[in-house]
Amino acid sequence: MGGHHHDSDDHGARDIAVRVEAIESLLAEKGLVDPATIDEIVRYYEEDVGPLNGARVVARAWIDSGYKERLLNNATAAIAELGFGGPAGEHMVVVENTPTVHNVVVCTLCSCYPWPVLGLPPTWYKSPAYRSRIVREPRRVLAELGLPLPDECDVRVWDSSAEVRYLVLPQRPAGTASWREEELAALVTRDSMIGTATPRPPDEPEHRE
Amino acid sequence: MNGIHDMGGLHGFGEVEVEKNEPVFHARWERRVFGIVQVAGGNIDAGRHSIERLDPVTYLAHGYYGRWLGAIERRLLESGVVTREEIAARARSAVPERSRGAPVGNRASWRPASASYARELTVEPAFRAGQSVTTRNHQPAGHTRLPAYARCRRGVVQRVHSAMVFPDDHAHGRGENPQYLYTVGFDGHELWGADAERGTVVYLDLFESYLVPSAAT
Repeated sequence: MGGHHHDSDDHGARDIAVRVEAIESLLAEKGLVDPATIDEIVRYYEEDVGPLNGARVVARAWIDSGYKERLLNNATAAIAELGFGGPAGEHMVVVENTPTVHNVVVCTLCSCYPWPVLGLPPTWYKSPAYRSRIVREPRRVLAELGLPLPDECDVRVWDSSAEVRYLVLPQRPAGTASWREEELAALVTRDSMIGTATPRPPDEPEHRE
Repeated sequence: MNGIHDMGGLHGFGEVEVEKNEPVFHARWERRVFGIVQVAGGNIDAGRHSIERLDPVTYLAHGYYGRWLGAIERRLLESGVVTREEIAARARSAVPERSRGAPVGNRASWRPASASYARELTVEPAFRAGQSVTTRNHQPAGHTRLPAYARCRRGVVQRVHSAMVFPDDHAHGRGENPQYLYTVGFDGHELWGADAERGTVVYLDLFESYLVPSAAT
């Protein structure tokens, strides 16, 4: 499994598209949904919310030790300081990577994910392969994804089994001591905040604006 | 319920496939399903349970938003909001990917409403951070948020949260019945036996009634 859904043949895809149109138009007729509102919701999650929000949280924590302390003690409130919140972000917890602890986030039962700071989850995060394996063999999965961990680094896997949502605070890359907050935020990838990657190294030139 | 959705620890799914530069949605219908569920999906616990109730073949074959579609359709049918005949009749005249024209530019932007699941309780939490607890052999036919891989396992309370809406009841219209929530850490070897990778701990957020104090050793 994994990758795309298996409705990619044209006929099946058309059937699904028609069924969804039928349901939406019936619900609109009954006054239960407003198609214009759905347009706005989709636009919000495609354009206004995404990993750039989480990257701003991480970069702020890297440069401001007071903010970092608030973030680790009450993540929901600290994230709200930057204006982020909403569904799937009501009860946030931030977990910090160190040289000896690596954190990674999953939801084995569905695909819970911190929408206000990361946007909607990628397909791999929702895949049976990731959900089944990351709790059982996190080192192997992380190595397959390009993140081999040293033996001395413990792994903490956070299975989002209730309404708490997790964000990983990655380690600040070496060689960024003089960097400004916006420059740092550009190093923070979505996957580094899920815990399946680390931030971009500062010497990757295409990321240095 | 013991269903295919409860995937933690299952074997056989192969490597994690990553799509480069993946878009937020892959098709218009995914966008519409996502939006419909945000507006008309109702209570999140019942929504999750309606996905769990899909048959396992559908669950695996239809993809994430395909599951959302199957689940919202089922709930609309069960609640009598729409009938199968209405959907079939409307589908005969519906045009897929129908254009509605450009969005109105000057409309106030939609913003999501936040809804805390935390509730106040007058009783104190039964467990404290650092305490050893064991999960019950809890396997109801209905909704639960105790994954099968963490049943009958011993862990340590890492954090005591506020009381929160209890999904096992809320999903079935039995009220919110809030309970304290605990983050509990389980050593890899406790969950996976001798095959566990070294130096791993899995944390789960578990409701008070899933837990009992560990017997003294």
